[in-house]
Amino acid sequence: MSVSTCPSEPQADDTSANGLDAIDRAIVLATQAGLPLVPDPWGAVGKPLGLAGNEVLARMRRMQANGMTRRIAAVPNHYRLGYVANGMTVWDVDDAHIERLGREVAAIPGVSHCYRRPRHLPEWPYNLFVMLHGRTREEVERQAEALRERFGDACRDHRILYSSRILKKTGLRLARRLGSPR
Amino acid sequence: MSVARAQRPEPAELDGADRRIINRLQEGLPLVESPYAAVAAELSLSEGELLYRLERLLEAGVLSRFGPMYHAQRLGGGLTLAALEVPEADFERVTAAVNAFPEVAHNYRREHRLNMWFVLATETPERIGEVIAAIEVATGLAVFNLPKQEEFHVRLHLPV
Repeated sequence: MSVSTCPSEPQADDTSANGLDAIDRAIVLATQAGLPLVPDPWGAVGKPLGLAGNEVLARMRRMQANGMTRRIAAVPNHYRLGYVANGMTVWDVDDAHIERLGREVAAIPGVSHCYRRPRHLPEWPYNLFVMLHGRTREEVERQAEALRERFGDACRDHRILYSSRILKKTGLRLARRLGSPR
Repeated sequence: MSVARAQRPEPAELDGADRRIINRLQEGLPLVESPYAAVAAELSLSEGELLYRLERLLEAGVLSRFGPMYHAQRLGGGLTLAALEVPEADFERVTAAVNAFPEVAHNYRREHRLNMWFVLATETPERIGEVIAAIEVATGLAVFNLPKQEEFHVRLHLPV
């Protein structure tokens, strides 16, 4: 069955390949815009789904334990917190060393995201992406310089791509996907 | 450039309690029976005051969201980062065309020849290719698809 067409009667037997059943999917749908700001958020999520609060909490715990949700957290607007310099730094790192260097960089405080991505030669030689956030561009540049030193000869080139405008920020919307029949 | 600046919200005025709430709740809400009461106690606030302030921080756009952070791929979906080289004169039209796709979760203008960077989140991994093809048709531009090959770290934490 489809969660989107029948949100009030999720059936537990419809388990998809990723291990989510229809009740999990209904909970994800109900919380994707945010967790209710009430003393009993689990009960508030469960009520329209016909679930007890402790059932919702148990499922949220399981989804967090198996990594389907990373955590339940506040997502700040960088600019409103004064982090007006947000640099996506991109690095052309020797493939032979990227595993080790990626892990080292990920451990540095201030690094929020660190990914390996494919090059698109000749236009795009960069294969390691590291997001840096600062209150000034100088702060971001100091962090980038520290990374550059750590990479040493394994890094051929790098760039800092500052964001100059948020064009859209809705976050992931999983509703249609989770609601669609598989 | 003045338009671009106008799109960037000003830093908010925050007091000590706001800062403690923002710092604590970026770490994650405990999965316990009364989670807000538990966090409020840690921060020496009442539960009511925590909820009130949290609501205000969301309304004021200091927080863009409060809730579960999904791992799109473990939930079975597709996710990628993509970029476009958009001619300056065409920037507004292309922004509207790209943002019209519900699969575009965020989109940033960046200072580079590749000046538009967006994240696509789709129902299935296969759908990524279809959406990219549709964006190429809608914009008339070639999309650079940069899916992550390895994740070394994801944990945004901005102390205030």
